[in-house]
Amino acid sequence: MFALVDGNNFYVSCERVFRPSLNQTPVVVLSNNDGCAIARSNEAKALDIKMGAPWFKIKHLAESHGLVALSANFALYGDMSDRMMAIAAGLGPSQEIYSIDESFIGLDGVRGDLAKRARIIRSRILQWTGIPCGIGIGATKTLAKLANHIAKTAERKPGSYPEEYAQICDFSRICNEELQYLLDLTEVSEVWGVGRRYAMQLKEYGVHTALDLARIDPAVVRSRWSVVLERTARELRGISCMQIEDIAPDKKEIACTRSFGHPVTELCDLQEAISAFTSRACEKLRRQQSHANKILCFIRTSPFRKEKQYSRSVCVQLHAPSSETSLIAHAAISGLNKIYQPGYNYAKAGVMLLDLQPADQSQLRLDIDRAEAAVDSLPPHCTDIGRSTLMTTLDAVNQRYGRGALLLASAGLAGPDRTWSMKQERRTPQYTTRWSDIATARA
Amino acid sequence: MPPRATHSPRPTPLPILNWPVGVIDASVRAGFPSPAEDHMVKRIDLMEQLIQHPQATFLLRIRGESMRDAGIFDGDVVLVDRAITPGHGQVVVAVIDGEFVCKTLYQRAGRIKLKAANVTFADIVPKDGQTLEIWGVVIAAIKQFRT
Repeated sequence: MFALVDGNNFYVSCERVFRPSLNQTPVVVLSNNDGCAIARSNEAKALDIKMGAPWFKIKHLAESHGLVALSANFALYGDMSDRMMAIAAGLGPSQEIYSIDESFIGLDGVRGDLAKRARIIRSRILQWTGIPCGIGIGATKTLAKLANHIAKTAERKPGSYPEEYAQICDFSRICNEELQYLLDLTEVSEVWGVGRRYAMQLKEYGVHTALDLARIDPAVVRSRWSVVLERTARELRGISCMQIEDIAPDKKEIACTRSFGHPVTELCDLQEAISAFTSRACEKLRRQQSHANKILCFIRTSPFRKEKQYSRSVCVQLHAPSSETSLIAHAAISGLNKIYQPGYNYAKAGVMLLDLQPADQSQLRLDIDRAEAAVDSLPPHCTDIGRSTLMTTLDAVNQRYGRGALLLASAGLAGPDRTWSMKQERRTPQYTTRWSDIATARA
Repeated sequence: MPPRATHSPRPTPLPILNWPVGVIDASVRAGFPSPAEDHMVKRIDLMEQLIQHPQATFLLRIRGESMRDAGIFDGDVVLVDRAITPGHGQVVVAVIDGEFVCKTLYQRAGRIKLKAANVTFADIVPKDGQTLEIWGVVIAAIKQFRT
């Protein structure tokens, strides 16, 4: 048996904990560069603001309906998520943190009334952290996710599902007919693992609801679509095909991409940005103790602006697998220099580390030049051990004194002169992670 | 007959020449052992001492003089625990008109109000039908005398 605990409108809920004046107000949280809505309060959803709606298209609602827009404050969301996850872990013996606001809980061996237990955890999360959440319980992860969808929808849209399933929806205690009734009320596109394209194809095939998908022969699903969708169909029938992954698997690729606060035209600014993004990506790479074999680097103009467009990417193979910032940044910049064209307004750039492998399985290169020089006579930054010590030190300094305390000179310094910095004009203070930012209480 | 040495089945030891010796990175104490050794415990951790519910505890900075007599001054930082159920006489943080307010909770004979700990400030009494939202209970105040 599995549970899925999911924070409601998570980013907005985090903001409201420290700004209670935003309760009952339509609120959206905007993506990097204040581009589009990535979280919406129920009031904002009621104004028919869609997920991903660009800010410039909904801006008028600020005047007419008092819509409040905030820049994403990930330092705050990360800390609140950590608090919520720690409490949610009390629901069962194993936990898989699936995203910033969702975690699966394995319920094997938990006795008694699961719904009652879930209700206690839900109210504890609400009281302790101020975050409302929904909990779904089912025999498989897919069913738990679906139960969670019902728990949240029944609360937000009265009449969509029976009221008793609001906030907590426990499939483990309901009879088969009732489960089928609930699956029949749910559109197939709401099922976990059914993307937009699958949903369209399924509908053409006559599969409209979750129940329809559960009823078709899994073998047909496999032959017509994929093994992945077959697994989803089986899970809807209550056959568990996915287990709790309590240790996050290493990432297969690591990306760092950003839209710029202002259009960037000069090569030197793009080089700074690419250096900074590579530094960030390499930091993550070292944290999971991997090496990369390739780096992809891309730049592009904004498709939303009516001006001449340019978009190119380049993949640079490293001489040997590495996790070293300076070496990989050098490769990324040499790639950038090849694809850069002057005369365009660049809006976005990014890097992606590809073909990752564990650091301890690296094939060493045959380095003729270096082999001839006595290793002892090389300066420390030229030996492999010296360079890996340098990276360890770099990470340790940034851990201790804050991100960006020590960086590659090619990444440039943050400040008003930096043209490519993110635009975050509406960001709230980092209430829980920075001493100078803590909220005020009047006495 | 004595065994023949040339066909000995036993391995012949090799002479040891420059044999690598593992160096153990530890010191050998020659003096009197520390009498505290058997009593080694962890140094006091302020966080652990003050905070009972880490997931529920938040910091807020106080602005104003109304809690002077409770020992909470302008500029102090208070630790607020949301896991504790607020009760009569406790110093709490409430939400009034969307703002955080720090006062003492008065809850007696069906009457609820927020009292200042400073005679020059009036009590805050919720109007009929108005609910009083308590955000958390103040468990400690931090005063920094020098920074």
